[in-house]
Amino acid sequence: MEKLLNMIKAEQTQNGYVSEDAMNHIAQDLELPLGHVYGVTTFYSFLSTEPLGRHVIRICKSVPCFLQNGETVAASLQENLGIAPGETTADRRFTFLLTNCIGACDQAPAMLVDDELHGNLTPSKIKKILQSYD
Amino acid sequence: MPEKKILTDKIEKIDPGRIGSYGGFKALKKALGMSPEDVIAEIKASGLRGRGGAGFPCGAKWEMAQKAKGDKILICNADEGEVGTFKDRHLLTHNPFLLLEGMAIAAYAIEARKAYIYLRAEYRYLLEGLLNALQQAEEKGYLKDLDITIQEGAGAYICGEESALMNSIEGKRGESRLRPPFPTQAGLFKKPTIINNVETLSNIPIIINKGAKWYSKLGTAESKGTKIFCVSGDVENPGVYEMEMGCPLQELLDLAGAENVKWVQVGGSTGAVIPFGMLQKPLGYETVMGSGAVMVFDQTRDVVDFVYRTLEFLNEESCGKCTPCREGTEVMVEILGRLVNGEGVEEDIDNLRQLSDTMVRAALCGLGQAAPIPVLDTLAYFRKDYEDRISQSILLRSLKTING
Repeated sequence: MEKLLNMIKAEQTQNGYVSEDAMNHIAQDLELPLGHVYGVTTFYSFLSTEPLGRHVIRICKSVPCFLQNGETVAASLQENLGIAPGETTADRRFTFLLTNCIGACDQAPAMLVDDELHGNLTPSKIKKILQSYD
Repeated sequence: MPEKKILTDKIEKIDPGRIGSYGGFKALKKALGMSPEDVIAEIKASGLRGRGGAGFPCGAKWEMAQKAKGDKILICNADEGEVGTFKDRHLLTHNPFLLLEGMAIAAYAIEARKAYIYLRAEYRYLLEGLLNALQQAEEKGYLKDLDITIQEGAGAYICGEESALMNSIEGKRGESRLRPPFPTQAGLFKKPTIINNVETLSNIPIIINKGAKWYSKLGTAESKGTKIFCVSGDVENPGVYEMEMGCPLQELLDLAGAENVKWVQVGGSTGAVIPFGMLQKPLGYETVMGSGAVMVFDQTRDVVDFVYRTLEFLNEESCGKCTPCREGTEVMVEILGRLVNGEGVEEDIDNLRQLSDTMVRAALCGLGQAAPIPVLDTLAYFRKDYEDRISQSILLRSLKTING
């Protein structure tokens, strides 16, 4: 049981998402009902049951980032990527998500691209940041 | 009042990649020369209380775990998810050794051989530095009797709540547990467990080095030492400020450069709302504290919009286990959303109050119990803003009726 979350996280890291097949395997390995594995997977925001893009953008929508024009930066991301929050670009390069506080309120507005933190964002910085991810 | 740096004072001099720059675990050496009971007595005498938000007396918690039977476990809560809070990120980034020394002392005091650092997924970029610091501390022989595992979270605000955090380490959904039993009796894997915040544990080496007597002279009767505040929002210089406990909120705001303040929320998303007329209020457990988040809102900001966003956050992050929190935050978001969209009704204020009352009394953990605080505080200080929204809504509806 205590291995469950770490196994799901490993699957997420290796394959970029946790497929139904993967959940079935984990359930069999640990002799747990599939629903239990699904329940844990869908509880956490960094685990996904759908395939994600090569890079995952998580832009903060919590109050401190909102106060520093976070919504304008999110709109600029949306325009540059041509997709809405929750979606993945057709070339599977980026998944674009809105997230709750990432603890970078001193550099608001801020976002994570994969595990990297980008702070003090402005719409004009967005293009350059996106270009640095292949 | 200038900053009073006792935790963050050496940060410029310390290279977080090199344990040599920290200057040795002197407090640990001193603690190992004392009995575990004496270490606990020293922490109790210091008056140190939990820095994560709840403010539980640290020494008393340790004592309960130390007296419990069975293998003990120490957990460092580095799941800093509270909105507007980034002090632990600051400590973990710049001085991980202070935390590790604090953990070594805590483990010695409660006689734990196993420890975890639960690091939020959003801070994965800190993992490498932490692992490096841990390895260096092990190589120096500072952690001889202690095995520390860094357990990464997977994205869930509620896992900062101690019982949800333990469920997450156990591989489960991060749902809160019913208490009792308390963690000090039956915590992680049902073993006696203490869970302390990064900042709390980082205070330990300082207390042991300088003594409880010195430490307890700082602060107020109920709030000893210093607190790292995280200032964000409408200020010139957002960032961390380490202040002596009891400092007036206004002085912190002056340091950070806040002007034309309408209100401040202290302590995170469920923190108290302080209106502009009350900014002289001292910061401490007797008054307002929480996680140390200080979010500043100027005169251009809308109160109802802020409360709506805050409740939307809490609703998304509610673990869903208990009905008062799961449904209560849901209905609050619905009501506040209507107010924001000009669709409010007369009963909205009464309904918000009634829901708040139920949640405060009946929710399982701190999230649901404290979620109504921003609603109740803003209703107390900015009731007119709610009433204006409702009368605007009524006017809009009557205009629609007239115009067909």
